[in-house]
Formats: sequence, structure tokens, C-alpha cells
Amino acid sequence: MAESLFTPEEQKKFDAQIAEILSHYPADRKSAGMLPALRVLQDIKGWLPPEGIKLVASALEVRPERAYEVASFYVMYHLKKPGKYVIDVCTNLPCALRGAEQMLAYLERKLGLKAGETTERFTLRETECLASCGTAPCLQINEDHHESLDRAKLDALFDKLS
Amino acid sequence: MATTAFEPVISTGWGKPQSWTMNSYKQRGGYKGLEKALELTPAQIIDEVKKSNLRGRGGAGFPTGLKWSFVPKDNPKPKYLAVNGDESEPGTFKDRNILSHDPHMLLEGIAIASYALNVHTCYVYLRGEFKFPAERLQAAIQEAYAAGIFGKTLMGKDFALDCYLVRGAGAYICGEETALLESLEGKKGWPRLKPPFPAVVGLFGCPTVVNNVETLSSVPHVFTRGAAWYAGLGTDKSGGTRLICLSGTVNRPGVYEVPLETTFTQLIFDDKYGRGLPAGRKVKAVVPGGSSAPILSPDELDIAMEFEAVKVKQTMAGSGGVIVMDDTTCMVRSLWRIARFYAEESCGQCTPCREGTPWQARLLRKIEEGRGEPGDVEHLSNVASSIAPYPPIGLGNTICALGDAAALPTHSFLMRFRDEFEAHIREHRCPFGDKPWGAFGDWS
Repeated sequence: MAESLFTPEEQKKFDAQIAEILSHYPADRKSAGMLPALRVLQDIKGWLPPEGIKLVASALEVRPERAYEVASFYVMYHLKKPGKYVIDVCTNLPCALRGAEQMLAYLERKLGLKAGETTERFTLRETECLASCGTAPCLQINEDHHESLDRAKLDALFDKLS
Repeated sequence: MATTAFEPVISTGWGKPQSWTMNSYKQRGGYKGLEKALELTPAQIIDEVKKSNLRGRGGAGFPTGLKWSFVPKDNPKPKYLAVNGDESEPGTFKDRNILSHDPHMLLEGIAIASYALNVHTCYVYLRGEFKFPAERLQAAIQEAYAAGIFGKTLMGKDFALDCYLVRGAGAYICGEETALLESLEGKKGWPRLKPPFPAVVGLFGCPTVVNNVETLSSVPHVFTRGAAWYAGLGTDKSGGTRLICLSGTVNRPGVYEVPLETTFTQLIFDDKYGRGLPAGRKVKAVVPGGSSAPILSPDELDIAMEFEAVKVKQTMAGSGGVIVMDDTTCMVRSLWRIARFYAEESCGQCTPCREGTPWQARLLRKIEEGRGEPGDVEHLSNVASSIAPYPPIGLGNTICALGDAAALPTHSFLMRFRDEFEAHIREHRCPFGDKPWGAFGDWS
């Protein structure tokens, strides 16, 4: 028998959250729950394994290709396993005007990897706009937002990561 | 001209203790607007919103009451309200403040709009990156359910209203209203052809009103203080105040609530707003309304940041995102940053945008890195024109406005700073060297 994707606890969590999501939509529109359902899968597994995408598709009664199409369209879904910490650095114009390019270069040196690369510990990405231009430069670590950064604040932030 | 003395409307609670809770909101008069609106008929509510001159704050500036009146009354299908909280246009960051500091203001606006439009289900679509604002909003929704605002009855009235929060997953295009509906239906965010407009065929094929977060947050005030008062705050064509997002190289960036007649010069230099530029720096260019808006020169800043006044300069007030670039800024690199964004965010549905936006970004990178060749500037201009010619604004070759948004900055940068592009090509390098942004921040 093939090994299950979820532990029993994870399966319980997945089922309960999918049921909650589906209660928000008309009964004949289960597929509308696709974005939140994929998020549930990613919250549980840290990424979207192919067999998990199939489970989401099955719960929403759509073909797996349809679920994959959505998963691959949006940048916040991880189709490959990312590092423990996913770091999104905004380098768009308002952030760039306040030092974001220099911050990214500093971070690349500090972490020893280039934007776009992944290690077991870190995935470092350049991202397009975090809607925090008034408090630039900014970045997100596993979706937690950090703003008005300078070198000291950034060092303190990364020192805290386990 | 404004006939009511200016005062902040949307931002009054920001910074107050626990401003995001229902308790704090009610202490500040919150939900009184809903009480008053519920004494009116739905048609009267829509009339009041029309009289208030409230215009959509998402970018297009369409009159809100008029939009509401387009929903067909005789359609037997359910009607929906979709709140556009997919704020992602670089330079724009006001929804983050509204949702983090005063989410109940939005919920009150949702309740009033839903009652007026006979909507029983509302979806708030927030951009996926807004984790913290989403947590604040979700907590507020739960409070509103517990207080009998959402649920089986609306403040005791026999009117069921459910409100659900949906987080996007990282796609700027989903801020386009039909792409937002596609995304809400669980699909990739491909904009739909219009017409039909969402008011007639929207979510799940049903009549749907799509309103921006700031627009709906303005609605309660129309009822607490009256439509005439609200209209009097603004100009002849646009009621209320405006949230302006100021970013770039100014001393005090941030979100400021301003009278509509405020000029760009006042916003950038006044003590209560931007407080000028760092010592020794001058304004080189200003983006007046989010990254897609054509830039203004330093000698054009004495105009009001209001839809009509900005339009005269062949640009737009758009989403209220004002980005200031100082005289140490490389315009090629700035445009490259903007072009990368649109290339990354193109949904890929229309050929001119799918192919043209990365082409722009590649050409700009080539020029910035000193690899530009004679003819590249014309080439860039042609690529931009194939996505959307200039002028006029808003007649591009694509289904939605992202194509226009991607081409307009290119046209305007080339029109005003062509010499700088040519210098990059002539000298085979960026004239600003390794400091294309001046020396902001010490990361050495």
C-alpha cells in the first residue's frame, strides 16, 4: 500500500479545513474553494506535493490538471519544496529608491546564496511589490512582514531565526 | 471647490489604542452609519451615495452610486458583493493601513452596500501577501458575526448577510475586477472580456458589485454625517477626502489623508506630509498615481492631486500612489524596475502583453548594463506602442488595462528623459555608475 501523504492528524486538519472552505460557496461551486484549499495543503506540508494537488482536486471535484493550472499561476504556491525560511525581498521601484537593491545584495552575501536559489535553510526570492512602499525597504519571512529595515534591524531579525 | 471644512475621515482611528477592535470603533461612533442607512429603503441608500459624489478609489474613479444602480433589480439570481483588497500597484499601500488599523470601517461599508444591493454573501478578496492585515480583518469579521451584524439578521432586521475573507496567492492581475472574480471562482486570474460588466454577469454568472477597500470604508461616513457634508469635502466632481500614499526619496513617506485640492508640491514639501527631500537633493520626476501613471516633471507639481487636474497633464491620479524620484536617480534603471514588474505580472492571455512586457524589460536591462545599441530606444518605443499606443490613455491592444499600465511608463520616460537613455547607449555604461539610486541606506 502506498504511503499516505498525511499523518492522521494532518488528514483530520485537511478534511476539517476543506469542509469549512466549501461551506462558504454555493453547493454547485465547490471548485471556487481552490485558492484557499491549496493554501491549506501548503500550510500543512510546507509546499504543494503533486499527490497533494490531486487530493485537493478530488475534494473540489475537479480534474487534477485544473488544480495544477491554478497552483502554477500564483507565485505564493510552492511547486517545489522550499527552504525552511522563504524570504521575499521587494525590489520594486519605491523600495529600490530606498536601498532595496543594496539590501538584497547584503542579504545574498550574508546568506551565501543568490536570489532565486534555495538551500535546505533558505529560499531567497526577489518579489514584485509587497505594498509597503512607505516603510521601504521591506521583506517577508514565511509571509511575516518586516519593514523600515536597515542593516542592524536585518541582522537582528536573522539572528533570531532558529 | 470644497464647501465643508476639511477634516480626516478614513484615518481618524489610526494610532488610537486597539483601533482595530469593535469596541474602539463603536466608541468613535462606528456602526452609526449602518443604523441610519437601515432606516432608509435600498433605493434611498443608493440615492444618498450618488448625492455624496463618492468615486471609486481603486484607480478608475467611477462614481460609486452609479455603479450600484447598474445592478438589475429584476434578475432572480443571487447578487454578490466582492471587495477588492488586492492592492498591489507599486506605490500604493493604503489598504494595508485601513485593514490593519480600522477593519470595522470596511465591514460597516460592506453591510450598508449589501443591504442596498440585496446582497446576502460578500467576499473580501485580499492579496495573499497581506498576512497581518488578513488576521486583523478575520478577527473583525468574527466580532461582527458575534454582534449580529453578519449572520442570520442584520442588526435585528430580517436580512441574512455572510461575509467571507479570501486570500489571493500572489498575482497583481487579480486586482483587475474580472480577474478578481475569476480568482474568487477558483481559477487563474485571467481578465474577462467586457461587456458584460460584473454588475450584470459577475461572480458565478450572477450580478456582482466590485468595490475597493477604501471606497467601501468611505460609505459609513456618507450616512453618519450626511451626503451633502461628504460631497462638500471634495470638488464638484468628486466627494470626500483622499488617501495618498507617498513613497520614494522624501524625508517622511507614508499614507496621508488630504483634501482633494492639495497639490503635489504641498504633499512633497509640507511639514505635515513629506517634509521635502534629503539635504542637497532635488526632485527629478514624480509618479502621480501608482507605477503605471506617466511621470510629471518638477515644474508640473503645482496641480491638485485630483482626478480631473491630473488628467490635464495626460497622466492619472489612479490609485493615489505618489512616488518621488530625486536627481540622483537613474531613469533607465527606474523604468527597468517598473517594466520587470509588469513582465512578471502579465497573465499571459493577450499576445501583445505576454510578449511585449518581457521584451521591454530585456531591452531596458540591456541598455542599463551598457550593452545598448543604436536603435534600441526606437525599438523600445515600438514595443511599447504595440502593447498600447500613446496617447491617448486607455486604448491598448489587450483585454485589460495591464497592457496600458505596462506601456504608459515607457512612453512617458522616453518622452521626458530620452537623452538619458541615449547616453547609456553612447557611453556603453550607466552614467550613475554603481549608485543609480544615490546612496540611500548603508549596506556596505
